[in-house]
Amino acid sequence: MTSADVAVPAAQTAEPALYTGKRAKRRSNSLTWGIVGWVVGIIFFFPVLWMVLTSFKTEAEAYTNTPHIVFSPTLSQYKAVFSSGLWPYVANSAFATIVSTILVLVLATPCAFALSLRPVKKTRDVLFFFISTKMLPVVAAIIPIYIAARDLHLLDNIFTLVILYTAMNLPIAVWMMRSFFLEVPGELLEAAEMDGAPLRRTVVEVILPIVAPGLAATALICCIFSWNEFFFAVNITATQAATVPVFLVGFISSEGLYFAQLAAAATVATLPVVLAGWIAQRQLVRGLSFGAIK
Amino acid sequence: MAEVTYDGATCIYPGAERPAVNALNLPIEDGEFVVMVGPSGCGKTTALRMLAGLEEIDDGSIRIDGKDMVGVPSRDRDIAMVFQNYALYPSKTVGENMGFALKMQGIDKDERARRVREAAKLLDLEEFLDRKPRNLSGGQRQRVAMGRAIVREPKVFCMDEPLSNLDAQLRVSTRTQIAELQRRLHVTTVYVTHDQVEAMTMGDRVAVMRLGQLQQFASPTDLYDRPANVFVASFIGSPAMNRFDGTLTEDGIRLGQALIRPSSKQLQEARGHDQLVVGIRPEHVAVSVSGDLTVKVALVEDLGSDSYIYGSLADEPDSNIIVRSGRDHPRPGEVIKVSVDTSHLHLFDAGTGERVGD
Repeated sequence: MTSADVAVPAAQTAEPALYTGKRAKRRSNSLTWGIVGWVVGIIFFFPVLWMVLTSFKTEAEAYTNTPHIVFSPTLSQYKAVFSSGLWPYVANSAFATIVSTILVLVLATPCAFALSLRPVKKTRDVLFFFISTKMLPVVAAIIPIYIAARDLHLLDNIFTLVILYTAMNLPIAVWMMRSFFLEVPGELLEAAEMDGAPLRRTVVEVILPIVAPGLAATALICCIFSWNEFFFAVNITATQAATVPVFLVGFISSEGLYFAQLAAAATVATLPVVLAGWIAQRQLVRGLSFGAIK
Repeated sequence: MAEVTYDGATCIYPGAERPAVNALNLPIEDGEFVVMVGPSGCGKTTALRMLAGLEEIDDGSIRIDGKDMVGVPSRDRDIAMVFQNYALYPSKTVGENMGFALKMQGIDKDERARRVREAAKLLDLEEFLDRKPRNLSGGQRQRVAMGRAIVREPKVFCMDEPLSNLDAQLRVSTRTQIAELQRRLHVTTVYVTHDQVEAMTMGDRVAVMRLGQLQQFASPTDLYDRPANVFVASFIGSPAMNRFDGTLTEDGIRLGQALIRPSSKQLQEARGHDQLVVGIRPEHVAVSVSGDLTVKVALVEDLGSDSYIYGSLADEPDSNIIVRSGRDHPRPGEVIKVSVDTSHLHLFDAGTGERVGD
């Protein structure tokens, strides 16, 4: 009896010391990661900050060396951008982005559904085929695409971009949607089947509400990729179907860089994506971490 | 309400070495509560899913009210299923979950609401009808899953280990609720569990399965009193039945050094089976100074009302024996004498494992 009584206080004093040690270690660990996080964040954010700051400078100020952090901000660059015919480019970008994203979702959803919930023998091969299309550098495909578009009289046509963006995003969308569908418990489908729901009702009433965050995340990724796409746009459009990234390049002219104007135009071009990302932030985080934790 | 008949029903998973369910014959009467029980991998869940239409019937047939179900899709079988993890629709409220099947049947909104409310009342779920499943406790979710089945007024209920996600206390109370509800609704029910206590307490009849084969289909008392083979004998009853290797002699059965004497009728029936497995339940062995068997006590489990003595036969250290005793029990390490109630002996052929005699 006495030995037990003696042993207990010893253990009690020993334990807190152990916990403090562990906790201190954990705290210093999280501090390290915090610093790493901030450093990486700043490295990523700095060019954006630079761009936004420059957009409020005059061209002369934009060229100063060393750069001025303190300056009197001006909106003149934005005025210049908006008066230099930005809107048709925005309209083209918006059309290509929205239509291609809708097409991608309409095609990827049933495809991913089949590949995840009704797999067949060669499902893995099909999935590999999809992703393999992303392994070829786009530049390697541009000549056949250009020739095909030329012969079909589809050069400088916005629908060509819609088709290309749909094709470009479809593999990623199928892979993403598939991972979301895989998270849907099989029992739910069986329960719906037992409840007498036909496939269409099962998809609409049971599955889609569950994968909605994933759908939103996929849509956003497709939007970002399409909105920012430059290579196809610059090669197969000219005046009619050119998009915002092509417009931006116009500021790099033979007479030299219009730094401040370019910065203002780039800021304007970034805004829709930032806004969409900010609105969809919660959905996006949920969507992108959907498969990670249950 | 319906009769359900498994007639040589077989299910073979692609690439499997043996059928998951092998030629299962099970006549289930109208309104009966049948429990399928067995260790994991015995095919009980597959058998249930075959009835529900979620697994193919590769051979034989399953009939509901005489109608062959081979090739009939789940939705046309009029069967409601309660899943192990409940499978509630997470985006729907409790009320919508329960009414979904009725909606699919095209029943109008008012009638749906009425029937959902009725079932909710029965299951004490009225105040939760507008909540989402994620805001419910495990027990409440379980009741919603039951409610979803009840609302449909189906011909057959299929239940796949519906209590296995509940804590021990809730499991016991829900067990009686389900059994009582089934008696009241009088809907033919097939219930799958690995828990033999659930099987014994809930079922009108119990089907014991092992490796895809039906071992015995009988009432709980029959299973307990007359197990058809060594597997059933060891599976049903807690603690398990004591089993010893015995040799048939002229005047009794020899267990190591000891000789036990069954009734002359039983001895007569055992003729021809020289090597036997002798089964005796713990409650039919008693501590007694004039006992036939000498037992070395290894462990005593005191349950309050009575106790179980775990040990081995003194002359066979590898054997196991469990003896039910009162509160006044020996201590571990002691060597005691126990007597066997020979009117409750179970004899099995050592080769086939089948029961010998009546």
